[in-house]
Amino acid sequence: MSDVATTLISLAARRFNADAATLTAQDDFFQKLGIDSIQALDLLTDLEDEFDVEIPDYELQGVVTFAALAAVIEKRR
Amino acid sequence: MLDLSRLNSLGEALRDAVITYKSNIALIEADRKRESARYSYRELTSAANTLGAALQARDLVPGGRCAILMSNQAKWLIAGTGALWAGAVLVPLDYKLTAKEQLALLAHCKPRVLVTEYSTWFKLQKEDLSQISNTSVIVTEAPDDADLGEAERWESLESSELTPVARDREDVACIVYSSGTGGTPKGCMLTHGNYLAQAEVLAKLFPLEESDRYFSVLPTNHAIDFMCGFIVPLLMGAAVVHQRTLRPQFLSPTMRRYGITHMALVPMLLKKFEEKLREKLDELSGWKKAAIDSLIAVNEAATRREPNHALSSRLLKPIHEGFGELKLMFCGGAFVDRNTAEFFYKLGLPVVIGYGLTEAGTVLTVNDLKPFRGDTVGKAVPGTTIELRECNEEGIGEVWATGDTIMKGYLDEPELTAETIVDGWLRTGDLGEIDAAGHLKLLGRAKNMIVTEGGKNIYPEDVEAAFDDVSGCEELCVFAANFVWPTGKLTDEQLMVVVRVAGDANADDVLTDIRNRNRRLADFKRLSGVVLWTDEFPRTASMKLKRGVLAAEIAEKLERETGLGEL
Repeated sequence: MSDVATTLISLAARRFNADAATLTAQDDFFQKLGIDSIQALDLLTDLEDEFDVEIPDYELQGVVTFAALAAVIEKRR
Repeated sequence: MLDLSRLNSLGEALRDAVITYKSNIALIEADRKRESARYSYRELTSAANTLGAALQARDLVPGGRCAILMSNQAKWLIAGTGALWAGAVLVPLDYKLTAKEQLALLAHCKPRVLVTEYSTWFKLQKEDLSQISNTSVIVTEAPDDADLGEAERWESLESSELTPVARDREDVACIVYSSGTGGTPKGCMLTHGNYLAQAEVLAKLFPLEESDRYFSVLPTNHAIDFMCGFIVPLLMGAAVVHQRTLRPQFLSPTMRRYGITHMALVPMLLKKFEEKLREKLDELSGWKKAAIDSLIAVNEAATRREPNHALSSRLLKPIHEGFGELKLMFCGGAFVDRNTAEFFYKLGLPVVIGYGLTEAGTVLTVNDLKPFRGDTVGKAVPGTTIELRECNEEGIGEVWATGDTIMKGYLDEPELTAETIVDGWLRTGDLGEIDAAGHLKLLGRAKNMIVTEGGKNIYPEDVEAAFDDVSGCEELCVFAANFVWPTGKLTDEQLMVVVRVAGDANADDVLTDIRNRNRRLADFKRLSGVVLWTDEFPRTASMKLKRGVLAAEIAEKLERETGLGEL
């Protein structure tokens, strides 16, 4: 798993009170965390602060796994 | 307010508006903490003229189609205005659909020109675009080195003279897709007359001042934002504010900075606001909480008969500050929780609950504000008549509507149109009852569909395509669970799949495949329930599934609590 994926899983786990150990990069974060699209946008802001990037909302379209989200961040770094 | 009754088209009305209000601010676009664009009505005129002239230069003839596929931004309204002035039929498309879904709708409406933004065009370019090879594409916000293929840059359009085109009230102004990304595309053809009638009614019910500022957060292709966040504010000389990100933490600062007075929401967003507000109220220390509670009680008593924004915003200043200068919220597109609506009313932030369908413009009914009622969707707006048909012994029947805002029909679907509009009456497919005071209460759906809290119509047939050829599955069918087992409510709407596993297959393997495919769907389209079924599905002679019969068979044999498993 990439460093970005690891960090984002721990951030997501913290924000939504999940156990990071139970999450993998290929997991669907909507289902695993039980969140909706607005909460996913909240997570995006945490990630921007952490990785110091600016990610437009539309980049999240069609992204459902931690790995795909990590790829979006890596592309912008 | 302009006198819309003497005007014939949206283009004509917008032309009158930009002349009348030329010095007012029309559009403001914010991006997080920055302001990225601002247009006066005069500047809007110039930008829309350029775009409209570009459409005409690309052989858009009166009645030709111009699709707009953009997220919320000032250029959406500029493109819309320019296209209407050029005599185009607007086709607002949902930027949140997948590229494949967008392409299917583009192939269906065959626009002469598509106006889009780079992020969307980037994804579309990866698809087979041969079906829209005759469509000219104008793209905004493309990086300098981007490969746009055949498309042209908006920013490179040269300003030339637009030839204003007159349209009549009977002419189609917009084709708005109410669903059909996977099944039959339902392109609602709404006329200039439909829109002008609706705008006139809404402007009278909820007039905007020229100093008012509407915050556009719902996608502008959505019927509510198109009317409340484009047509009505511009016809009344108000300003429309866009925020390029819709993340909750950027909404409140933008509302404060620009003194937002009006906004439209879907129930999901309204609930988010409620949650955040309740969290903040709960965080208050003992005496502060007691003080605010007593002020809320005073406000509630003082506004029992009608809203009083001036009073409420003074009494509950700490709460109102977070919402700019918010006077009114419009909420529709899905079921609005009565408790949420009442919560906001008590704080002096009234919610107008509208009930409508894309097929009927924007709204058929709105709830009462004087005094406030959050338990019904209210009475029909002027110019619209609703009635219940085929009522049961409890007085619950299907809602039918007629009036000036009912669409002309579905694009290229005469049979579907004939089923939906009968003798000028639109059958809504929603079940309701009308109380003694004439207020409509919605109580479920007569048709097999759900509306998500985000306001999206989801038809099971559209979702089924994602589950074609599941290995080991003899047949499957997707239903709205409330269609199979009616609850009498519009809450807990969910999609379920009925699966008949092939004799030699393992049910777990079949379900694993279905779950994997389900995960790849947009979150609002995902199935959450499953019924394992062993009988052959009932079909017509031409092998078409008899959905109603299957639903009745399931309901007869299984209880929802025990028969419906979690997918």
